Amino acid sequence: MKFAKLLVSLVLSMSVTGVAYSDLVIPSLEYRTGPYAPNGIHFADGYADYFTLLNERDGGIGGVPVRFLPCETAYNTEKGVECYESTKGEGSLVYQPLSTGITYQLIPKATADGIPIHSMGYGRTSAANGKVFSHVFNYPGTYWDAASIIVKHILDQEGGDLNGKTIALVYHNSAYGKEPIRTLEKLSEKHGYNLTLIAVDHPGQEQKSQWLQIRRERPDYVMMWGWGVMNQVAIQEAANIRYPMENFIGVWWSASENDVIPVGEGAHGYKAIAMHGVGDDYPLYDDMRKYVLDAGKAAGDGSNLGKVLYNRGLYAAMLAAEAIRTAQELSGESDITSEQMRDGMEALSIDEARLSELGLPNFGPPIQVTCENHGRPGLGAIQQWDANTANWSLITDFTGADREVVDALIAEDSAAYAAENNITPRNC
Amino acid sequence: MFYRESGDFKTSYIQDQQIFPILQDRVFVTVIIAFAFLVVPFLINDYWEKSVLLPVLIWSLAAIGLNILTGYCGQVSLGTGGFMAVGAYASYKFTTAFPELNLFIVVLLSGGVTAMVGILFGLPSLRIKGFYLAVATLASQFFLVWLFNKVPWFYNYSASGQINAPERLIAGIAVTGPNAPPWATYLFCLVFVVVFALVAKNLTRGRFGRSWMAIRDMDIAAEIIGVAPLKAKLSAFSISSFYIGIAGALFFLVYLGAVEPTEAFGIDKSFLVLFMIIIGGLGSILGSFIGAAFMFLMPVLIKNILVNGLGWSPDIVAHLILMIVGGLIMFFLIVEPHGLAQLWRVTKEKLRLWPFPH
Repeated sequence: MKFAKLLVSLVLSMSVTGVAYSDLVIPSLEYRTGPYAPNGIHFADGYADYFTLLNERDGGIGGVPVRFLPCETAYNTEKGVECYESTKGEGSLVYQPLSTGITYQLIPKATADGIPIHSMGYGRTSAANGKVFSHVFNYPGTYWDAASIIVKHILDQEGGDLNGKTIALVYHNSAYGKEPIRTLEKLSEKHGYNLTLIAVDHPGQEQKSQWLQIRRERPDYVMMWGWGVMNQVAIQEAANIRYPMENFIGVWWSASENDVIPVGEGAHGYKAIAMHGVGDDYPLYDDMRKYVLDAGKAAGDGSNLGKVLYNRGLYAAMLAAEAIRTAQELSGESDITSEQMRDGMEALSIDEARLSELGLPNFGPPIQVTCENHGRPGLGAIQQWDANTANWSLITDFTGADREVVDALIAEDSAAYAAENNITPRNC
Repeated sequence: MFYRESGDFKTSYIQDQQIFPILQDRVFVTVIIAFAFLVVPFLINDYWEKSVLLPVLIWSLAAIGLNILTGYCGQVSLGTGGFMAVGAYASYKFTTAFPELNLFIVVLLSGGVTAMVGILFGLPSLRIKGFYLAVATLASQFFLVWLFNKVPWFYNYSASGQINAPERLIAGIAVTGPNAPPWATYLFCLVFVVVFALVAKNLTRGRFGRSWMAIRDMDIAAEIIGVAPLKAKLSAFSISSFYIGIAGALFFLVYLGAVEPTEAFGIDKSFLVLFMIIIGGLGSILGSFIGAAFMFLMPVLIKNILVNGLGWSPDIVAHLILMIVGGLIMFFLIVEPHGLAQLWRVTKEKLRLWPFPH
């Protein structure tokens, strides 16, 4: 009897999902399980809550409701592919896999299927070259921008001279962690610092030997390209060997509260690069509380509001929603397709006035995507952790990368990709 | 009544020694293979290709490989992931160095390279046994993955350390790369799996298979009756690695298209294949298929029922899958310690007697 009931409900629910109606499908390749879940949950909550807010407050985007399709990847490439294949037929508009490995996997597939990918500040850096990567976007910045901005910050600290200094890079031993190496090598030729590469294998729970090496060699600065549990372990180990925290700088994925809070006092002064504002002191969050949290529709338990990665998920969702709006304006249709979405992303323009209108004044730098450059504006600021007040604060303005070095590398790497895959660069 | 060999007279040695002595089995297998070749390619879509059929075919091949070594020859190996990586990186090096080379040859050559590496890591098996051998092969797993991560020559000095399968055509149709139609990749894998499953079945019925099983059952006795342990063990290692190498090459070229060694070929893959053959049945080719399908499809099935069917939240389901699959594994191991293939064997015995069991 129970089984029969289950079967009936199964058939019913399947037939309900089969009905076609006008909606904007946003798949979310998220991870709330596995060693990367501590970071993945916050991002996924922010991403989901923003679309819930749009549905609840505005009835969707341009009058069309958003249908949100979550799919658990556990940061695993094969599960990511399964998620992509199972959701793409639903009319998905844009994929944001939040994993460099999955992004690499999806770049050729999604391009062939005509679905855009937004790898916001991760993925393949050279995808910033829109002439070669027509369907991949990584605005508002890339890993190489981040690496260069961090080196710039170190230059400022050292009064403009890095000759003879040593910078160590502690990185996740994967495509993600290896991304900045080439840029840092080029920059080391230019500025004369020594680069030490220290790899940490997945998932990064054991880093004793790596930090023993740092303790022995005492590099002047340590940079980190970490994710998941690796971040907090690294910060804990740095605290254990009493490494000066203000000389320890993480990328924007090693920059959230749950990376530093477990370390407590020891994490005081840890720095990281930021691509957007911190905290929940924005008018948008009033609406978020009113329409989503208090209505009991939040994706998580609601305690993450204003956390760095929650903000980032929200930022990603906001950029996607703005791109949908742009696409709707461009095409004149409200129920857009993934190709129209791609055009919308390429024409995306968000200035300070628009940010204020959205309730996020000064949240991030203005964005202006163009056909040839999908990685704009490539700005970042340095944020620092205050363990006493448990707050991140921006300590510099948003600055740009060393465009001369980064752009040359992007041109080189994207040309290699184009040659490898017989892609003729588009005319822009 | 219907499923029995009485009345099915064998009048020649060839008939007597065929793989499936029962008529019904022959018909059944022929129908399945015909269905797989002639019907499925017309029905297949991207989801079935990438999420169901390709992985099951490829994991079946890897499971057959490990089954030859562990199930038939009794040498426990935890290096499957590493050997798959050898196959994947060999196919990458071959196909980028010789872009004109036919993909069938590329995959076979990658299997050959893996067989060599397998012999190398099989050498310790001549001196050590059981758990100690398992630890030695575990070392190969870590060494090989480390090697492919460390030496840039293997990934053609790419910035990210990833390898990407370039587009390759067979008879004008893309088999690798994003533009490959689902039926082409499916048929490509199916050819390998069907051919090599038949080869494996015959190998295990022949002189090689018998020498492996003799070594497995009691190596000293086998040696006394004239089975050379060196030859038997190393042939098992090389043939097993050949299969696993082919599986690795297909896994990278056709299924994923881009891999990085630590994630795609980690220790969890070695365990996954080992679980497949234990669940499916040690020393059984059919068991390799059943085990691969069980271990790979069960999570996908549960996910589809609970998330798409009942609308549960995907993260809760992800946790539930671990529990349910774990529970099912324990259930089957308790109910049938010899694997799912044994269930089929028992059913077959019963069917032969039915409806007059006494």
